[in-house]
Amino acid sequence: MIAKTTTPVIELVDVTRQFQIGTHVVRALDGINLKIESGEMVAIIGPSGSGKSTLMNTLGCLDQPSSGSFVLNGQYVSELSDNQLAETRSRQLGFVFQSYNLLPRETAISNVELPLKYSGGYSGKERRVAARIALDRVGLSERYDHRPMQMSGGEQQRVGIARALVKNPDLILADEPTGNLDTKSSAEVIEMLHSLNENDGKTIVVVTHDIEVAEAMKRIIAFRDGRIVEDRAVVPKRINAQSPDRDNQ
Amino acid sequence: MNARLLLATALTSVGANKLRASLTLLGIVIGVSSVIAMMAVGRGAQVSVTARISDLGTELITVRPGADALRFAFFGGGGNSDVLSLEDAFALRDDVFTPDVKLVAPENSFSGSASVGSENTFVNGLGVTAEYLESRNLTIVWGRNISNVDVENISLVAVLGSETSETLYGQRNPVGSKIKISGREFTVIGVIESQQGTISNPDSSIFVPITTAHYRMNNGKGRVASISVSSISVLASSEATVDDARLDISTVLRLRHELGEDDDDDFQIITQQDTIETLEGTEGTFVILLGAIAGISLLVGGIGVMNIMLVSVTERTREIGIRRAVGAKRRDILLQFVTEAVLMTFAGGILGVMLGWAIAYFGNGATVDGDIIETVIETHIAVIALCVSVAVGLFFGIYPAVRAASLNPIEALRHE
Repeated sequence: MIAKTTTPVIELVDVTRQFQIGTHVVRALDGINLKIESGEMVAIIGPSGSGKSTLMNTLGCLDQPSSGSFVLNGQYVSELSDNQLAETRSRQLGFVFQSYNLLPRETAISNVELPLKYSGGYSGKERRVAARIALDRVGLSERYDHRPMQMSGGEQQRVGIARALVKNPDLILADEPTGNLDTKSSAEVIEMLHSLNENDGKTIVVVTHDIEVAEAMKRIIAFRDGRIVEDRAVVPKRINAQSPDRDNQ
Repeated sequence: MNARLLLATALTSVGANKLRASLTLLGIVIGVSSVIAMMAVGRGAQVSVTARISDLGTELITVRPGADALRFAFFGGGGNSDVLSLEDAFALRDDVFTPDVKLVAPENSFSGSASVGSENTFVNGLGVTAEYLESRNLTIVWGRNISNVDVENISLVAVLGSETSETLYGQRNPVGSKIKISGREFTVIGVIESQQGTISNPDSSIFVPITTAHYRMNNGKGRVASISVSSISVLASSEATVDDARLDISTVLRLRHELGEDDDDDFQIITQQDTIETLEGTEGTFVILLGAIAGISLLVGGIGVMNIMLVSVTERTREIGIRRAVGAKRRDILLQFVTEAVLMTFAGGILGVMLGWAIAYFGNGATVDGDIIETVIETHIAVIALCVSVAVGLFFGIYPAVRAASLNPIEALRHE
């Protein structure tokens, strides 16, 4: 589609974000200009306090910039109301968190259904079908009714990815998705993201401080003190693990 | 989120901590059930008092000496009984001055002990005329009533209340036997049918001619020529003529007592309607008081709900963050927590109504300190209690829910 190539998924223009801590003003984002096109696979790296988490919150429509503009799929996010932000989160992006953030009492399928519950228009049956498809996509066909406590970290993270996928958004935002995982599970998650990028055309943005994870992406943007200090394209270097590809495609 | 989903979500959340939910619920259950039970007892008392008074007949008018009507209405008898005389009572039988009066039954009270052989009991003595039984809707089961001849002759005859008869004679028919009342020997001529439950319980009484009561029973009083009465029961010819009869009685008594225009009545005329209204008024206050006390426990239950909801919001901060991140609006979070609170109070309300109903149902007819408790369950009280419990959930749930909804999603997600 032509529109997709001309409109970037993400466009930040002179974005700043300041926090007042006592009398001290912290500039977490300090004049960020950034474009991410559809189908990109981007790693955002930087030490803690570099502003990458604030960027993630901004991209995730959980936070608004202090100044500058953030355009998501052609829409000025800065102009949206609280309810519209919630709708944008629900419709246009999927979150993957470091600590999975699953509801502990709910089953895998029920966790994956959650975003559908907040967007209306889905019957209970439609929700379950969509959740099963998403869980199948991440290779958890046998874990529908398991609760988070009954699954390994890698499996929980894949439930998290399924939840991000269930409404079929174009953009997946992953905040340290491998931060709590061992090497093998990390490799599986990275492979999963690659598969989503290459086979489903999803735009992937991963925040990490793990250089190995960053180098598995196709573009690396480095942050320091609220500014972009490096932005380069790389050839993805897959993480080496005994069984790196367990996708059932 | 639609209503069904909201309810399902709330059920899951409440169900996740069953002990806590049950304890919170218990507060509401106790509150609601006590409202229901208290109101049932209160209304029961009100209804039974009204019914007892109505049993005596709405045509009944009671004339008492003295000016303090309310005191007599509640604490009975007494007062300055010299003011009303037997002649006053007979004057009310006049067809010209008091045409709406059907029947006049003066009475006089004395107290003493009655004994038959070794059996001995304390009795409520009443000096009456032949009309007394009719004025109180009483009937004779054995023997005969006191006649006007007995009254004229100052006869030593007695009619027993059913309880008195049973205490002294057991199941035997006492008619014709001798009985000692305060040392004097009387002949039993009749027994009155049990009238359990009426307000002036005749069962434990003993009836003698009014003249006998005056001249033979009350120490010293017998020397006074004019027979005083403690109360005159008057029956109007119909319910509709009660007010007319009352006016006539007042006129006659004022004339006889030679009261001037500016003088207050030295007697009180109390219709059944007056008594019912006075008692219902007091009982109404009593019911409201009971309801208010029970209402306080409902309030305490509501505070319990609020407390637990606030704890829940803090504990589930991260869950709130997750829900917000995947697209929940503030409104969704608000509704979720309000629904949880209302769900708890509504469930508590239903259980409370059931419990209160059961208490009222099984408590009906129970005796406490010899008093029979009657309960009246009113559906509208149950409905109101249920509505109030829902309102309590809304009221006490809204603040925690607002707190939950106003959490910053970023901070909520970071919450450990």
